[in-house]
Amino acid sequence: MSALAGLTQALASGAVRVVDLTHTLDPDFPVIVLPPEFGQCARFRIEEISAYDERGPAWKWHNISMGEHTGTHFDAPSHWISGRDVPNGAVDEIDPGVFVGPVVVIDCSAGAAQDDDYELTPKIIEAWEAEHGRIPAGSWVLLRTDWSKRSGAEYLNLRDDGAHSPGPTPEAIQLLVHDRDIRGFGTETVGTDAGQGGHYTPPYPAHFTLHGAGKYGLQCLRNLDQLPPTGAVLLAAPLKIKGGTGSPLRVMALIEN
Amino acid sequence: MTTPLRPPPKKNPERRTLSPTIPPQARSRAAMGLTAAAAEGRFAMQVCGECGAVLYPARDACNKCLSVELSWQDVDPRGELLAETTVRTSTNLYFRERAPWRAGTVRLDAGPIIICHIHGDVPPRARVVMTNRLDRAGQGVLLAMPETPAPDMEDDPQLRAMTSDPKLRRVLIVDGRSDNAPAIAKALHKAGATTIFVGEAEGWRPNPHRAALQAVPGVQVLPLDVTDSASIRELAGEIGGKVDILINNARFIRPGGVLARGDTAFAQQEFDVNVMGLMRLAQAFGPGMCARTADGVNSAVAWVNILSAYALVNMPEFGSFAASQAAALSLGQSLRGEFRDSGLRVMHVFVGPTEDDWHQPLPPPKVAPGSLANDLVKGLQAGLEDVYCGDVAKELVARFRAGPKVLEREMTMGGRS
Repeated sequence: MSALAGLTQALASGAVRVVDLTHTLDPDFPVIVLPPEFGQCARFRIEEISAYDERGPAWKWHNISMGEHTGTHFDAPSHWISGRDVPNGAVDEIDPGVFVGPVVVIDCSAGAAQDDDYELTPKIIEAWEAEHGRIPAGSWVLLRTDWSKRSGAEYLNLRDDGAHSPGPTPEAIQLLVHDRDIRGFGTETVGTDAGQGGHYTPPYPAHFTLHGAGKYGLQCLRNLDQLPPTGAVLLAAPLKIKGGTGSPLRVMALIEN
Repeated sequence: MTTPLRPPPKKNPERRTLSPTIPPQARSRAAMGLTAAAAEGRFAMQVCGECGAVLYPARDACNKCLSVELSWQDVDPRGELLAETTVRTSTNLYFRERAPWRAGTVRLDAGPIIICHIHGDVPPRARVVMTNRLDRAGQGVLLAMPETPAPDMEDDPQLRAMTSDPKLRRVLIVDGRSDNAPAIAKALHKAGATTIFVGEAEGWRPNPHRAALQAVPGVQVLPLDVTDSASIRELAGEIGGKVDILINNARFIRPGGVLARGDTAFAQQEFDVNVMGLMRLAQAFGPGMCARTADGVNSAVAWVNILSAYALVNMPEFGSFAASQAAALSLGQSLRGEFRDSGLRVMHVFVGPTEDDWHQPLPPPKVAPGSLANDLVKGLQAGLEDVYCGDVAKELVARFRAGPKVLEREMTMGGRS
């Protein structure tokens, strides 16, 4: 049997299951908030064109609008200044082979439950590797924090000094990018960086380091608690937007039951 | 003595809501000068430029000297009630439903004898103060008021039929994130509003005004985002039948004209919030409010838009925002026409620069939230259509009326002035 036939059979039999890692595109889903004098990410909006009525008797459809970085979304290298000159750094230029690949999940949910500013450090990564083996090159690395189970004001967790949510330290993301040569890094929070990530050196180390090295980001993921630490396959194909720096997308994982 | 209004009992769900009716609205073009003055609460009469006669009723030539140099001028509103009658029935539906109704004649100290509506607290042959008010057809009518204020006089049924008084009414303040929201809520509570619904967009962000709003009795904070049609529809579905006054204070503002910005992103947000937001709100809340303008003590009465005075003439330092305000003013005028048959009043509150983050680099005078709230509530109590709040707005409209082109040139001096 061919590999693909084996896969489709495994999907049909339930031996391989599809897990949806995507939040619903909802007008009230939080987006990143920047100081108001800066340009802002557009919220998801949906307007009815017709709904089987005088505007179109037999059909219903909507116009939708949003930013490239609204909802569960993909970050391309050209999103960040460090990645502006990366070849094929826009979503329409990326080799589609990138969109399907192995994924490992580092579970920091216990720590994030105790500390809103919980940091992913090299030490945690090395401890994870001691248990599950070295992170294979070309893997997606997802940071599980169970942050996706929060809603409303708890999600961005904004205070007077900004957002408070977990993320990687500069050293952790440098380890993943430079020493492990990962494909990309994904989180359950609104960005790949911690809420207070602007105060690291470099500021926003995940964005800076990932995209500078031509790696990708995924954020606002959910259901990471359904994924095994290793062995799953991630399907994450952004919309083919000309010159796009990112895109909302449907992220799915294949897992073996 | 006016019988004070009492909170209405809960509505009987088996009874049909009374359909709106309006008083006769036919007027000559000359007579509409009264309406224009009433819209901003001024008592004005035609005055002859040749002989100085104060004329009533409005006409095209002076009945003393035949001059056509007639202008509307503010005149002394005092006078004496000469005769009165109480109309107990009428062939006109509007008055028939509201009988008994006092009417009579007043001799103005300024000269003419006029026919007018009479407040219930005016005794026979008494001295009166004339007021010029919009009736529910949105036309100027004259109402004689007692010379000295009487207790609960604002509750007089004839007066209340002409005003948009928030007393015992339920109000929706659209944007609870606006700096003016707490002040408006407080002023409405003080004016006797029973329920003050306050919309709040993006509950996932902290709202620094939330505690101040919730401290005002009668306030209920509910999710509402004027850029999200579904959120507006949902709230209108829930409370649309209980909104007697809607105050649209949603505003998006950024400095800069056309060239100061390299893109249209902020302009899109300005138009989305300030123009499309108004349209979405009106589509969701307008029909329900129009259907409830004859619904008793807490009938729907007014739709309020807070606009920048630069809706009248552009201010290039905030050029894109001003353009959105001009568009919103125009939409508000459309709504006046669309609401006309119901008697639902559109009140525009024009303000100059306001005391907030976006006007921080501008010199005073700036309108503080409390002043805006007070002028807004006073405008509702008086039943106005146009309120000019603060010195800048008042001066701007005066200059606009004196010469729009001159004002435009003054406002567009460029950097070398």
